Amino acid sequence: MSTMNVKVIDARGLSCPQPAAMAKQAMTGAGAGAIDVLVDSATARENVARIARLAGWEATVAEEAAGEYRICLRK
Amino acid sequence: MSDKQSWLNTYWPVIAGASVGVLAPILVKLGNPGNMGVCVACFTRDISGALGLHKAATVQYLRPEIMGIVLGALAAALLFREFRPRTGSAPIVRFLLGAFAMIGALVFLGCPWRAYLRLSGGDWNALYGLVGLVAGIWAGIGFLRAGFSLGRSRPAPATVGWVMPGLMLILIVVVVYIFTSLAGSAAGPIYFSTSGPGSQHAPWLVSLAVGLVIGTMLQRSRLCTVGAVRDMIMLRDPHLLRGIIALVGAAFLTNLLLGQFRPGFAGQPVAHTAALWNFAGMVLAGLAFTLAGGCPGRQLILAGEGDGDAGIFVLGMLVGAGFAHNFSLASSPAGPGTYGPVAVVIGLLVCAVFGFSMREREIAG
Repeated sequence: MSTMNVKVIDARGLSCPQPAAMAKQAMTGAGAGAIDVLVDSATARENVARIARLAGWEATVAEEAAGEYRICLRK
Repeated sequence: MSDKQSWLNTYWPVIAGASVGVLAPILVKLGNPGNMGVCVACFTRDISGALGLHKAATVQYLRPEIMGIVLGALAAALLFREFRPRTGSAPIVRFLLGAFAMIGALVFLGCPWRAYLRLSGGDWNALYGLVGLVAGIWAGIGFLRAGFSLGRSRPAPATVGWVMPGLMLILIVVVVYIFTSLAGSAAGPIYFSTSGPGSQHAPWLVSLAVGLVIGTMLQRSRLCTVGAVRDMIMLRDPHLLRGIIALVGAAFLTNLLLGQFRPGFAGQPVAHTAALWNFAGMVLAGLAFTLAGGCPGRQLILAGEGDGDAGIFVLGMLVGAGFAHNFSLASSPAGPGTYGPVAVVIGLLVCAVFGFSMREREIAG
């Protein structure tokens, strides 16, 4: 994982639909690769993961601190 | 994530939407105004009147549904460890968006919830409102795509998150007092309508219970009547839209079963037939809700989850309702209020100023 070039998107504190829209924009721009999205609400966590899976990316969620999540998008 | 959780996550909006679709017409049967089983805008307006923020004698009542929705969301958020006190994302702009969203909704005579419920009851005027709603959301998406953002909220002390639930608890105490000690007649600083829509209501305990159920389900499902359309257009994601389709379908069937489906344009309950202003009012509401990140129901839920900015939006709606009736902006069954059309134009201009001026480069990417 550490050898991969991971693009990190910080979507913490942003209202809907910005976290999902930022993730989608990054996935479209990259085509494939590794993108980590940081969010701080359960809604944003679900939305980003769902949008990624809809676009054919793999999404795994890790809770980094109480209520803060890192969603790892890989394709 | 387990299969069961994943299934629930996928279908929560459908379950929640269908539940609202069944419960809202039942509330009408039990006494709420026609096609107004649950309307966040109308009910917040009634609360505004009950608190004396406007003096329209026919629309004053402390609607327990609103308190129930916020407190149901609070309970669900606490239970699932999602109560997160936060604030700081352009609160004063959100206040104005709440006020203008309310004004737009009261020109149409209903929030997006009621637009869907009116359609389910056969009120075809709602079609103009829904076309307007989609147009407003579409305009909001344009601003979002160009980088519009109200900025980030930040974690805040627990007190911030408890303010709006606390206010709702106080209102419930007042409701309980009025119905247990004053036989349902408001006195002192509180006003209850004795005629008109404000006087039509289901038994208060039923209203409160339904509010709590809806609040809990909306918190779990993240259902949003504006987000449903926005996500479909902007992200090609039908997740929430399925919930709205379930809502309309369930409400239609329930209305049919209860004998409340009356198709037509004329003579619909708490509605007018001025197509242009049914449309334009909802353009304003749809745009303001989109810029604020969600529909009025969603704002109540977020307020229950500790989001102080959503709480400010709700207070904006409360004050906007006061302005709407004090300044003759709100429509009546006779048609638009004297200054309603002017207020819609002003609201659209204000939203456009926010939309064009509040951009974050990092979002535009």
